Amino acid sequence: MRVTFEVNGRPVTADDVWAGESLLYVLRERLGLPGSKNACEQGECGSCTVYLDGVTVCACMVAAGQAHGRRVRTVEGLSSPGGGQRLDAVQEAFLEAGAVQCGFCTPGLLVQADDLVGRTARRGLGVPGDAEIREHLAGNLCRCTGYEAIVEAVRLAAERADAAVRGGAR
Amino acid sequence: MSETTAPASTGLPTATRDGVGASPLRPDGALKATGEFAYSSDMWTEDMLWGATLRSPHPHARLLGVDTAAALALPGVHAVLTHEDVPGEKRYGLEYADQPVLAFGKVRYKGEPVAIVAADHPETARRALDRIRVDYEVLEPVSDPLRAAFDPDCPLVHEEGSVPDDGRHRRGGNLARHQPVRTGAFAEGATVEELRARADVVVTGSYEVGMQDQAFLGPESGLAVPAEDGGVDLYVATQWLHVDQGQIAPCLGLAPDKVRLALAGVGGAFGAREDLSMQVHACLLALRARRPVKIVYNREESFLGHVHRHPARMEYEHGATGDGALLYAVARIVLDGGAYTSTTPAVVGVAASMGVGPYAIPNVRVDAYGVYTTNPPCGAMRGFGAVQACFGYESQMDALAARLGAHPVDLRVANALAQGSRVITGQRIDAPLPMAEMLLRARDAPMPPGRSALPDPADPRTLPGGVSATVLGEGVVRGVGYAVGMKNLCFSEGFDDYSTARVRLESVGGGPAVTVHTAAAEVGQGLVTVQGQIARTELGVERVTVLPADTRVGSAGSSSASRQTYMTGGAVKAACEAVRERVLALARERGPVPPGARLSLSGGAVVSASGDVLVPLAELLDGSPVEETREYHHRATRMVDPVNGQGDSHVQFGMCVHRAVVDVDVELGLVKVVEMTAVQDVGRAVHPQQLVGQIQGATAQGVGLALMEEVQVADGVIRNPSFTDYLIPTVLDTPPMRIDVLECPDPAAPYGLRGAGEPGTLSSTPAVAAAVRAATGRALTRVPIRPEDIVGLPAPRRRR
Ligand code: FES
Ligand code: FES
Repeated sequence: MRVTFEVNGRPVTADDVWAGESLLYVLRERLGLPGSKNACEQGECGSCTVYLDGVTVCACMVAAGQAHGRRVRTVEGLSSPGGGQRLDAVQEAFLEAGAVQCGFCTPGLLVQADDLVGRTARRGLGVPGDAEIREHLAGNLCRCTGYEAIVEAVRLAAERADAAVRGGAR
Repeated sequence: MSETTAPASTGLPTATRDGVGASPLRPDGALKATGEFAYSSDMWTEDMLWGATLRSPHPHARLLGVDTAAALALPGVHAVLTHEDVPGEKRYGLEYADQPVLAFGKVRYKGEPVAIVAADHPETARRALDRIRVDYEVLEPVSDPLRAAFDPDCPLVHEEGSVPDDGRHRRGGNLARHQPVRTGAFAEGATVEELRARADVVVTGSYEVGMQDQAFLGPESGLAVPAEDGGVDLYVATQWLHVDQGQIAPCLGLAPDKVRLALAGVGGAFGAREDLSMQVHACLLALRARRPVKIVYNREESFLGHVHRHPARMEYEHGATGDGALLYAVARIVLDGGAYTSTTPAVVGVAASMGVGPYAIPNVRVDAYGVYTTNPPCGAMRGFGAVQACFGYESQMDALAARLGAHPVDLRVANALAQGSRVITGQRIDAPLPMAEMLLRARDAPMPPGRSALPDPADPRTLPGGVSATVLGEGVVRGVGYAVGMKNLCFSEGFDDYSTARVRLESVGGGPAVTVHTAAAEVGQGLVTVQGQIARTELGVERVTVLPADTRVGSAGSSSASRQTYMTGGAVKAACEAVRERVLALARERGPVPPGARLSLSGGAVVSASGDVLVPLAELLDGSPVEETREYHHRATRMVDPVNGQGDSHVQFGMCVHRAVVDVDVELGLVKVVEMTAVQDVGRAVHPQQLVGQIQGATAQGVGLALMEEVQVADGVIRNPSFTDYLIPTVLDTPPMRIDVLECPDPAAPYGLRGAGEPGTLSSTPAVAAAVRAATGRALTRVPIRPEDIVGLPAPRRRR
């Protein structure tokens, strides 16, 4: 089967895709985008989280064919939708806060965190509280950090986005 | 919400930024955050094949025959191998070479590898596995570790000779090791009855620790590439490249220099990557198919493919005088090692020597056993035998405090070990051990607000059960618990786990630059950051590159036992010192240096004692790089006596104290951990931010063991090999933490540091258990604590 969709702003096509292949497999093994991670293939760990038409999903739970004609954004596309190299603010906050140890959970968490900041602070809706951050990240497992630094990083990123929005509004 | 106190100053020269004591960004961080970092499961080459593994469906069976013809006939399949295709040694192992590369004769656990396949698509490889026919004669599983250990009529897991014996340990039957410890009256042959008669208070308890999984997120994986010289290059996620190489090469029938390993990105380890998994298999397939072969385990296979934390059955008895002074302790600790030896003997050694914890007890009798069964093999996991014992002795200390009417912290303080005390092996603690102070700091830390102080006590997010709660918290009771744990750090019992570092200082593009090369495995802990910091501090140069770890440099030992900052940090420091000596000699020889001047390196230059720049390094080293390689060894240890367990077997001791605050819905059996406080002495914090991250991660794994994590094994079969059924804490299960770091330097260690990765996993679990006991009034002698334990229902009968 041939599958055509958009990844990080670029049109892509994968040929000879088996019916049973997931979006995650096609991204990682056929399109050279191994940033999204595979840690369970059961929708339990969130390491494979990507945007599908702007909504975060576990790419391991999406059949490749379901992505046909749609827009996908992965961790590789967080910092450079326009092709730049710089880290995006959420990525920077993760590094500063020490939220990256082995880093296997990081790509999925970054997409999920970006989603939260995008729904709240970046829209001028303020910095989410601790409980809201935790609820939003509850589908992403991390075995290394104990989550403290991750919650801190998301708060930091949201605070900066909030400051930028309010600064811009002035 | 959470609060961290970590030291700010280091006392070291500060002219060079990002040295020891600072918290620079990790050098691999940006790649990990953009998705470019290459983990072992991301390895890819144009013409690679996919490997897959056929595993035994039976925990115990005789292997009568394997027919691979139908699998080989499937288009796209390039190789199908069985034990007959293993050209060299048929077995490997960390302590004893007893684990078959591919099963022959007998299978001893469900999931044991029997055959391997290489094909051009992972699904083709899986279909080929379905076409392999294996004939088994099913045998009765040996699933009860107590029966395996103590019933002379129990069938043997290993027939005579299948585990080579080097006489280091007391073993025999189904015992991998029995290590006794006898002190005081017990060393003189006294009976428990005699000591019991002298005690005012006696508490006894039977405790159980379930099998925990390391549950790293990055699955076992790697890529083997056949080389032109007949050898193989393996890119793999491991904890110790050289010990892998030393096991793989004999199985392939190749000289070690023909088996070259490079560390691929490691997605967490926690002990589960100390043993081999897919390494030999990928190499065998690549050499046979003459194509690169990649193997990636899926999550179910990962549960079958690595060793777990030993489940433990423990019997304790403590006697004390009426004023709360401990008089004696007796412990029997039985650790189920499963089918193969792995590191079980070393785990037994730790459980025995740490068996009654960090307390001054004049009379001790400990017996620790490691047992072979046909359950999944167990081996290294963070805390390594000390975790299980800590749940036992800390539960006992709480029971004793309750009997004496004492505060649990006061009883612990009254019996605390300190610098100068002896542990039960007779070894004197020669470094600082501020145990009493740590306990008091944990007790005196501010308490989180009570439920009534919450803005909305009915907000389900604050309740046990979270947003799926169906009640308003009517049955919620708060509890507080304390625990302390002590763990030996670095390898013990005579093992010389040295580390090697090569350091090069040169002039690059007009400025000085350092290159550090070791074989040490970065598994997420931040060792790459620490190596750079040490080089900056020692050589006064900010531009440091840490090369990828591989076997082109000497062994660095394992990324385990909390040892890498100590050992590889020590090696990098020693190599830097050697480089510095040569550079300073060069400066004296060539430069405008006043004779007899005291020199050092700082800010990229040779400087005088008063800090004046004498000669910039770039100028001094132009065209003549200086490179040195050094091995670093910790002080020698020795094997304990096989009969009384006495001997200086350990390098260093680490300690952590936890206070847990929990809310328990005593009607529903649900627990919400409200806050964890940890107090840990680390000697010297080399990278305070990463250090705190270690304590937080360790604390979370301990919370998991206390409340949810258990590999459930019935008749040798894992019932829950998935993240759907094996639960690790999510961000909602993990509470805010308060981490309090103390720095009491150990004069024997580099920079005075103390290994810090493990101690937090010890005390976290019993602290949570104590807090749940305080809330419920129940004895709770088993972890993980299940809802039925809290509400007092009988446990559901296990399906057979
Ligand atoms: S790999 Fe998709 S949720 Fe775990
Ligand atoms: S950093 Fe290792 S799993 Fe999160």
